[in-house]
Amino acid sequence: MVVELYLDLLSQPCRALFIFAKKNNIPFEFKHVELLKGQHLSEEFGKVNVLKKVPALKDGAFTLAESIAILLYLSRKFNTPDHWYPSDLQKRARVDEYLSWQHTTIREKGCQIFIIKVLVPLLIGQPFSPEKLEEAVKELNSVLNQFEEKFLQNKPFIVGNEISLADLMAIVELMEPVGCGCDIFENRPKLVEWRSRVEEAVGKELFQQAHEILL
Amino acid sequence: MGLELYLDLLSQPCRAVYIFAKKNNIPFEFKHVELFKGQHCRGEFGKMNILKKVPALKDGVLTLAESTAILLYLSWKYNTPDHWYPSDTQKRAQVDEYLSWHHTNIRGNAGKALWIKVLIPLFTGQTLPPEKLQEVMDELAISLKQFEEKFLQDKPFIVGSEISLADLMAIVELMQPIGVGCDIFEDRPKLSEWRNQVEEAVGKELFQEAHELILNIKELSNIQIDPQLKEHLAPVLRKMMK
Repeated sequence: MVVELYLDLLSQPCRALFIFAKKNNIPFEFKHVELLKGQHLSEEFGKVNVLKKVPALKDGAFTLAESIAILLYLSRKFNTPDHWYPSDLQKRARVDEYLSWQHTTIREKGCQIFIIKVLVPLLIGQPFSPEKLEEAVKELNSVLNQFEEKFLQNKPFIVGNEISLADLMAIVELMEPVGCGCDIFENRPKLVEWRSRVEEAVGKELFQQAHEILL
Repeated sequence: MGLELYLDLLSQPCRAVYIFAKKNNIPFEFKHVELFKGQHCRGEFGKMNILKKVPALKDGVLTLAESTAILLYLSWKYNTPDHWYPSDTQKRAQVDEYLSWHHTNIRGNAGKALWIKVLIPLFTGQTLPPEKLQEVMDELAISLKQFEEKFLQDKPFIVGSEISLADLMAIVELMQPIGVGCDIFEDRPKLSEWRNQVEEAVGKELFQEAHELILNIKELSNIQIDPQLKEHLAPVLRKMMK
């Protein structure tokens, strides 16, 4: 029985998983859970993940939530190339550092833009609030500055010379505002360059495929 | 030069790092970064950790932020007992799962009671209406329910029968509201039992030592807050007060 990945590619962490699994030729069954149809709230999905969120994994009797946990589990089970989660302690610590930091910064602020610009209008049928959007963009810019100064600096990737789980989690989050018409890469040449490198490392075709629904 | 850990035990993740290092007899120099004095915002510390947060680690040329990263690094470098971060792939995944969910659920909510009841009044001179505290506690209640149903269930610890990094990160957060008189363990027998087991596994003396500051936070109500810090935090406080 292959690993089942419960995904909706509208979701950033789902895209990270999709890309990671595909890139590493990990055999899996794509179980589509359509968020906009509320499928994540169903009783059936609740048996896979009682937290009722995507992504989720089912490997035989074992179920797992949280994209970071799933990425790490897959990297270990399928023995993926070292650069994704380096065995060198210091490099690994840097990946952990980013993965921890991003929850309440890049992820949170990126999501806010999607919620304000797309989700709320969709759900309540009213246009989005420009003031709220402005504030959200300001907050995202603040964390992007930290991202560039602390995590990226002048390196090709967050940890050294090769793509890791850190870059993967970052890129899918940063594509979310782009998908809502907020081009956060504009006026950020360093970030643009990093994005190109990440796309290259993932493979342009796979990257596009993962982001098709969003864009 | 040995390992340096930059900590303020008022901070939940700092307590996790402190307890872990002490419990595992990891030799380190305790570098006190007093949050109320704004020491995290400037000077040598500000240069070392540009995110300007505690905890932080310095090990030779390596500097590291984020408690999860620090705990994992220490567990590998000092080869701590397996139960903290099990080598079994599935158990390890369950620790990772909790550590990830923790950020925006338990961590997001447990600290707010301290802000509402002590810190905001201390920083702004204003007290907030009781509804604000109720709102915060209601949100925490939701997270606690998920914690009990999904992560703890009927097990003695989050992952099986021994304490892990997951329990450690959870317990230090859940002690935060206790310090301001919000006893979230009251009426939650399962959680209470788990807390006792965690204290036992950590060692009661070490646990008390780590929590002394937070459990006596009310004594700090006359402390002078660094004015630069007040300014630095003003936008965050305003948002919390809305």
